[in-house]
Amino acid sequence: MAKVPVQFTLNGSEKAEFIESGTTLLHALRDKIGDTSPKGGCHQGTCGACSVIIDGELKLSCLTLAETCNGADIRTTAGLAEAGVLHPLQRAFLDAFATQCGFCTPGVIMAAKVLLDRTPNPSREDVVEALSGNICRCTGYEPIIQAVLAAARANSQNAA
Amino acid sequence: MELRKDYFADVRKDGLNEIGQPRPRLDSPGHVTGKTAYFSDRNFPGMLHLKMVRSPHHHARIRSIDTSEAEKHPGVVRVLTAKDVPHNVYTILILIQIGPEDETVLADGKVRWKGEAVVAVLAETERAAQEAAAKVKVDYEVLPAVFDMEEALKPGAPIVNEYHGQNYYLYDSGECRKVRFGDVEAGFAEADHILEQTYQSSPIEHAPTETTGCVVAPEGNDRFTCYTNTQAMFFTLDNASIILQMPGSKLHFVGGTVGGGFGGKVDVIVEPIAILGAKLTGRPVCFIYSREEEMQISSPRAAEKVVIKDGVMKDGRIVARKVTGYTDAGAYSRHSPYGAQKGAAHYPGPYTIPNVWIDTYCVYTNRTPSSAMRGFGVTIGDFALEVQMDKLARLIGMDPLEFRFINAYRDGDMKAHRQPTEGAALIECMQEASRAANWPVAEKFMAMSSYRKGA
Repeated sequence: MAKVPVQFTLNGSEKAEFIESGTTLLHALRDKIGDTSPKGGCHQGTCGACSVIIDGELKLSCLTLAETCNGADIRTTAGLAEAGVLHPLQRAFLDAFATQCGFCTPGVIMAAKVLLDRTPNPSREDVVEALSGNICRCTGYEPIIQAVLAAARANSQNAA
Repeated sequence: MELRKDYFADVRKDGLNEIGQPRPRLDSPGHVTGKTAYFSDRNFPGMLHLKMVRSPHHHARIRSIDTSEAEKHPGVVRVLTAKDVPHNVYTILILIQIGPEDETVLADGKVRWKGEAVVAVLAETERAAQEAAAKVKVDYEVLPAVFDMEEALKPGAPIVNEYHGQNYYLYDSGECRKVRFGDVEAGFAEADHILEQTYQSSPIEHAPTETTGCVVAPEGNDRFTCYTNTQAMFFTLDNASIILQMPGSKLHFVGGTVGGGFGGKVDVIVEPIAILGAKLTGRPVCFIYSREEEMQISSPRAAEKVVIKDGVMKDGRIVARKVTGYTDAGAYSRHSPYGAQKGAAHYPGPYTIPNVWIDTYCVYTNRTPSSAMRGFGVTIGDFALEVQMDKLARLIGMDPLEFRFINAYRDGDMKAHRQPTEGAALIECMQEASRAANWPVAEKFMAMSSYRKGA
């Protein structure tokens, strides 16, 4: 299988890899680059555990070919905390007991981040809609929704 | 939340300071930063990928297996069949003396359910393993299969699992787990009304977000580290030790965070064969279920059928209960004999009934082996029992909650399996529920207590 060069920015740092053509971004991130924060739950685009942000858009890394990410700006949950200080979303997930097994959490946080970046004061319906592509099997969605709303409130207070 | 400290004030230890207090979860910081290590977050240089060749038939004799084409496939390192497994037949509960061993690690001579593991392929990449697995040729002679529990129990039904010799688990009490208490027929003769109902359930898949799997790394000294998402670490270690005929000291199991399990990860399915692969190739091996495998191959909650016949008096007392329960184990035992046994203990419900007769069968069929899932053996039973309770209350024109107060077990009552009731709190729970749900019951029930003087 032919190897192709791929260059992108991951959480602010430059990455350059030779990757087998056809490799998904999920595999490239986890197996080649060592960022295991995106999780592989279904590998068919239905569970949302592998969600990452590519150039500001929420993407499923299991359905994205790594070779199509040349020059892209990729963000994952592993890069969300800055200098050890948790992002308001991360803080809110801790405080709201919105994690249980934690496997869906990185993907959910990415989906929530895209929502809050665009809609700083979302309604409950906005949150439900934004997280509709993320499956959680143990926590239940209510604490997660509450966490996202709490993070939005915290953000707007900081901005005020 | 208000804590009622008047309940069981004479028996409880007081000074509780945790209940009602929020405490941060210890594992949450790892989850929200993406740092929590799940088994598949371990990556080793030179790691091989294991893919299973699975039976396309529900029941078939294996005439021959030809792995030659698969072995020649680029990237394939090793192909494993039944003869490579040191002790190929096992059963999880043998560790607590529940036998016989009835399940093969890799099918030997026969497959008993659609999806059963037949051949394991180890290759450099996942794709190579998948492609090679497709090249394994297995010649099957399809056999008649049985999918219905009552059909399976009929004389002349195809025998699903020869290790049992019949299509039911043989308990020390015979073909089913039996509970006998009082004289159930006398109870029915005395009853004002008799109600017999049948309740049935389908298998339920746990569908954890993280699929079942493990990563095994040889340590170089004939010792193997197995990173796994098992929910039953020591069952898995000990069963792997038996299957591989290796002392447990050679096996180092690393568990920890499980990405959802719900009971579905207590079976011992992926670890032994992955360790064997690592042992025979000297290389790290990862064996992870695809989502499709997780949904079709991993054990579901057992399908159950429960037939409940109750004799009830006009005043609300249940005087007789006869239950026949069927648990669909699928082709192999796994945890189902235990599940069916739990059902037998559970069917009297939290009620004091003077005459009880219970038979629960653990039945083998050519379906996916069922196993543990959140309260397995009793959850479907509880659904059936409580629907039955509502129907009984309606039958005699009584409020369903008051009906339960009349029959609720209280301290000192003898249960059908001859264990005296201790520390009951059902009455008190129902009193609280009645208040919380604004579902009033007669004052005499609100004055009742689970605690009986002298009990």
